[in-house]
Amino acid sequence: MKIKTKEKNSLKGMKALILVGGFGTRLRPLTLSRPKPLVEFANKPMIMHQVEALVEVGVTEIVLAVSYRAELLEKELRAQEERLGIKIVISHEDEPLGTAGPLALARDILLQDSEPFFVLNSDIICNFPFKDMIRFHKTHNRQGTLVVTRVDEPSKYGVIVYRPEDGQIERFVEKPQEFVSNKINAGMYMLSPSMLSRIELRPTSIEKEVFPKMAVDGELYCMELQGYWMDVGQPKDFLTGMGLYLTALNMYNNDYLHEGPGIVGNVLVDKSAKIGNGCRIGPNVVIGPDVVVEDGACVKRSTLMKGSRVRSHAWLDNCIIGWKCSVGRWVRMEGVSVLGEDVVVADELYINGGRILPHKSISASVPEPQIIM
Amino acid sequence: MTNTRMVKAVVLIGGPQKGTRFRPLSMDILKPLFPVAGFPMIYHHIDAARKIKGLREILLIGSYQQSDALHRFIMEVQHEFRILIRYLQEYAPLGTGGALYHFRDQILAGNPEVFFVMNCDVCCDFPLAEMLEFHKSRGPGVHHTILGTNATRQQSLNYGCIVEDSETHRVRHYVEKPETFVSTTINCGVYIFSPDIFNCIAKQLENSKEAINFDLTSTEQNPNIVKLDDAIAKMTTEKDSNGIIHVYHTIKFWSQIKSAGAAVFANRHYLSIYHRTHPERLAKLGPNQPNIIGDVFIHATARVDPTATLGPNVTIGSGVTIGAGVRVRETLILDGAIVGDHACILYTIIGPRATIGQWTRIEGTANDPNPNKPFAKLDVCGAFSNDGRLQPSITVIGSSVFVPSEVVILNSIVLPNKELRGSFKNQIIL
Repeated sequence: MKIKTKEKNSLKGMKALILVGGFGTRLRPLTLSRPKPLVEFANKPMIMHQVEALVEVGVTEIVLAVSYRAELLEKELRAQEERLGIKIVISHEDEPLGTAGPLALARDILLQDSEPFFVLNSDIICNFPFKDMIRFHKTHNRQGTLVVTRVDEPSKYGVIVYRPEDGQIERFVEKPQEFVSNKINAGMYMLSPSMLSRIELRPTSIEKEVFPKMAVDGELYCMELQGYWMDVGQPKDFLTGMGLYLTALNMYNNDYLHEGPGIVGNVLVDKSAKIGNGCRIGPNVVIGPDVVVEDGACVKRSTLMKGSRVRSHAWLDNCIIGWKCSVGRWVRMEGVSVLGEDVVVADELYINGGRILPHKSISASVPEPQIIM
Repeated sequence: MTNTRMVKAVVLIGGPQKGTRFRPLSMDILKPLFPVAGFPMIYHHIDAARKIKGLREILLIGSYQQSDALHRFIMEVQHEFRILIRYLQEYAPLGTGGALYHFRDQILAGNPEVFFVMNCDVCCDFPLAEMLEFHKSRGPGVHHTILGTNATRQQSLNYGCIVEDSETHRVRHYVEKPETFVSTTINCGVYIFSPDIFNCIAKQLENSKEAINFDLTSTEQNPNIVKLDDAIAKMTTEKDSNGIIHVYHTIKFWSQIKSAGAAVFANRHYLSIYHRTHPERLAKLGPNQPNIIGDVFIHATARVDPTATLGPNVTIGSGVTIGAGVRVRETLILDGAIVGDHACILYTIIGPRATIGQWTRIEGTANDPNPNKPFAKLDVCGAFSNDGRLQPSITVIGSSVFVPSEVVILNSIVLPNKELRGSFKNQIIL
């Protein structure tokens, strides 16, 4: 008991910076209606997955590095500040500063004390290992800790070569032609304030320009992430990440998942949603608040956002249905189709890989992947 | 005093060499027996012919082997209408004219005043009584009548084109599938002939035999083959009094059933004709009945879940099972097929005894005539486009095909007895 109190005190006052960046164009058409951090992933704004996990380990001040003005984002975060009892600062970049520049911009906040701080890419979904990062960072006591995750096809990424005994990073290899490592940067760092001297206030890439130098100086260590990891910044990965997240939820917090007739596998359903008779929902489905799924519909591997309606006998697989959309009766939608806010799909249509911009009424089938303006 | 003398009707039903464009539907059903609007194609001809005053007998002429299905059909229809129907089988395909000539004794037995001849793949409102009236109004001499309708200039090139005297309606010129435009009046494949037609065909036969004698390259050609079109074309060029042909115009629905797509089109029109001829055949809304939109035919032995929605222009065959929440539109579902819950079937023909899984979507593309052009007919186009791609058309699921749950089959043709394992688009599946 004594130890726990002490630990909590020592963690109090930690800081974090989340690299939100630009408009989130990869997640359009959803991000045409609201800033990406507020797009719900598993019924919670994407940014709040990270914010809540940070608060859990004692972070009390969070800087969001944003390169566009978004009043909706500020308003929403004010409300969250109050709820969580923390301070959230939005750091606006006049020009996009890359992944390192925002640290220089927020230097005053990050240098308030000599404690290390977190830096996170914003689209990451995983079992956030913040507690382990704090512990690991203290053990090696150098400038930086980087979390790595394992991938199946390392040739698509920049990989990291490190000493297996203690995790000291030796080098970064961009898109290796031959196998050197299958570990990639997971987009989560713990950095000591002393490293800020390495960063100037200009557009800079932390991965390409800062970390390799830190590695050369022996100042960068990595730890391997346990469990799933996904960058959910685009629709296909958003759905894959959703499946991984629900699987993890099933393992650790089974109470949140929905059970009942017609529910197959891991399904998350908001309490206010209504599901009709004779439906088959799942596996891997997230149903948001006020959603209505009418009788005899089948939904698989999809997210239905707040206020949307899936009408009778419709069949959905691999879809993201935006807020307040209506999917008509006997509609078949598949192939990573994404409906922006308030889209209406008429009865009996077939939508395959359609990206449909907000407020559109669709009255003809889209049999091949296509963007509907 | 009565001037109605005996009349006969002949339906030319073709043979196994014909109707290949109708595959795979004709692979296990004789094309003349393929059901449209709930009844075999030639049932509609017979139903129209039996209403002619003085009709004594209907002859079916073709080169199909006598089969159980054909025999049963004839027995059933004879019983239903209480008229004599016989099938006359050609020993070899003789062409439409040659076949008629070959069976001239059978046709003329009992001394009919005139006889009707109808092509089997014609599908229309059969204005036979009006046509007969017109025929008689042309005077007492020997003459014949051909049913004509209008086509667009472009499409007329695919048909037999008729040039007539606008006052007397006498046919002055006839040419089959011309290369350049001749006339927008086309031959509907429905005729009234006087017995003297056989003299004309005989002449044509002699000509063709002579031609073959001088043409060494065609030694294997049967000298008894005569196409009716050729005979008609010849008659219009001669001054022969036996050769007078008039054209009777119809502006009512007329089409041909050459392809599967045409069957869906014909189905729609036969259903709409039922409003006048057989309103009892059209499904009606009612308690504990499926939701019906527009014209729908449901066979009495079919089981359709009351939560299904059918129509417009849907025909459900005998012994078919339609599950809960199924949607069917512009489609024919043939005998014994099973459609699983929540399936959606649009512009498709589902073959006999096929099985369709739950939440599966089967969809084809209508190739209806251009609705913005007067007299436009169904386009007769090949299965593939010029660049070798399958043209989007009606989807056809062959007999006893199994389609699993939750897949989509789009613009495809599936041959009989196939067990599909996934989704297919724009393919012919052997």
